[in-house]
Amino acid sequence: MTAVTFDAGRITPATRPAGAITAATTVAARSVRKFVRTPQLLVISTVTGAMFLLIFRYVFGGAIQTGAVEYVSFMVPGYIVTSVLFTGSNASSSVAQDLEEGFTDRLRSLPVSRTAVLAGRVVAETALLALGLAATTAIGFAVGFRPLGSTAEALAAFGLVVAFGFAFMWLFVSVGLVAGNVQAAQGMSLLIFPLSFVSSAMVPVDSMPGWLQPVAEHQPITVMTNAVRSLALGDPSLAGLSGTTAHYVTVSLLWAAGLVAVFAPLAVAKFRKV
Amino acid sequence: MSTPIVEARGLVKRFGKVRALDGLDLVAESGQVVAVLGPNGAGKTTFVRSVATLVRPDGGELRVAGVDAFRHPEQVRRVIGLAGQYAAVEPAMTGRENVVMVARLYGQTRRQAKANAAVVLDQLGLTEAADRPVGTYSGGMRRRLDLGASLVGAPRVLLLDEPTTGLDPRSRNELWEAIRSMVRAGTDVLLTTQYLDEADQLAQRVVIVDQGRVIADGTPGELKSRAGRDVVEIRVHRPEDLTVVAESLGRIGVEAPRVDAGTHRVTIPVSGGRAVMAEAIRALDALAVDVDDIGLRRPTLDEVFLTLTGSPIDGDAASDTDDTTDQSIHHEQIAA
Repeated sequence: MTAVTFDAGRITPATRPAGAITAATTVAARSVRKFVRTPQLLVISTVTGAMFLLIFRYVFGGAIQTGAVEYVSFMVPGYIVTSVLFTGSNASSSVAQDLEEGFTDRLRSLPVSRTAVLAGRVVAETALLALGLAATTAIGFAVGFRPLGSTAEALAAFGLVVAFGFAFMWLFVSVGLVAGNVQAAQGMSLLIFPLSFVSSAMVPVDSMPGWLQPVAEHQPITVMTNAVRSLALGDPSLAGLSGTTAHYVTVSLLWAAGLVAVFAPLAVAKFRKV
Repeated sequence: MSTPIVEARGLVKRFGKVRALDGLDLVAESGQVVAVLGPNGAGKTTFVRSVATLVRPDGGELRVAGVDAFRHPEQVRRVIGLAGQYAAVEPAMTGRENVVMVARLYGQTRRQAKANAAVVLDQLGLTEAADRPVGTYSGGMRRRLDLGASLVGAPRVLLLDEPTTGLDPRSRNELWEAIRSMVRAGTDVLLTTQYLDEADQLAQRVVIVDQGRVIADGTPGELKSRAGRDVVEIRVHRPEDLTVVAESLGRIGVEAPRVDAGTHRVTIPVSGGRAVMAEAIRALDALAVDVDDIGLRRPTLDEVFLTLTGSPIDGDAASDTDDTTDQSIHHEQIAA
């Protein structure tokens, strides 16, 4: 190693602390770089996403009755909504990993707004999630999914899923912060299985046993799926739904707002805590 | 003297039933390296995390560079740099990107951040590796980078929590050299360590912490003399001679000799300095054993810790002090 001659005098210190925007974008840039430069993250999440989609489309699909529409058109909107959980929950592990490896300590010891740091993280993770959702949607198209409504409705459907992604991201970040280590975070993430499957995402709720239907009917993934599906099919009745699209969209957005209202303060409080 | 870098009075921090800090008092003056030394679980890390505003103590007072750390943690963060027990760097980014990121979070403009990152990387000998992903760095390089990241904000107080834990001896020496050069350049350093030789090597002042409290405080020399006795240390060539040497030299000591079969050493606490040394040499002469090395030295911090707490520092650190022992024998011999 070359001789070390440290001279603090050659460093020009900052004149004032970083603003919230700088803090958020700096932290966001790190998440994006990490994602882009870790090909296995990209490949694994895309391949897993594609695999389950193909299994539902070609293996289970034939046995599932979805009434007026083909199964592929019924399932793909629901599948994309559950992708929010399966892809988004990786954020729990990565937040927990940062805690374990001291990266979070470094960030919290710096003179920046901790809320901004966390918000930057959530926005970046949501943007990366949106990319993954776009890839999943493309695969859906490849296997025969076509939105039956207008282009505007289809785009609105996608936008809605991204909004759900943002809302759930606060939950996943909270889980990572509470878990404190990767293993615990992964353990907690197992809850996404009942949440995804006991819903209208892959099968019509009325095919479930009577005692399970009320649960499936009212949990957020069903509510969100109904909204996205109504937009994607252009008509809720095609999905066997009796309400209007506006109704489902409104209720799903209320759920999303509720998630943010609960988990954003929780995550921030947990992250700020000293 | 200027404002102390850290003033802690009666710090208390409980984690459940455990009192990690139990009325800790510590004033670290500016212009020196202060080492907080203690075994695992002594409260060192909780203390340095309190100073870094990552942990909020339940009681007491804490000022960092004159700022009340409980009331104005955000002001404290402007004057500190923290390098923790782990290299807190992003492996997917290059060394330069890591340092620039931290510089930006310290509030530097893009241009400042770039220029300062280049200075830090250069001074820590990382220029060549600067544009490689950190994932390809060795453990020692990562720690140096981590140190660089904590320095890029030109902090007044550098907090190092067990900076060399887990490093190989060569990387440790490199990191020590880097820390010394920062100190020469005027950065105040508070470090924690469980390595006695690390405290001895780097610090002008050593604070020994056990069970959340300061149990001793002074220069390494003061602590050694407070713990008392100089020791005569003999290394015999053949291990079978250890017993006879210990027996016949026992009478020159003021405490029972200690025998370390692994390193062929007999250590005898003595009082009386060089006269005792001469006596020891005469006795060895009479025994006609083959002696590789003999010296009179001050006690190591390991022995100090043993005297002060009644229990040795844990195994990991104890084996580590062997190198220092060697150096100190050599040193004392030259001095004699």
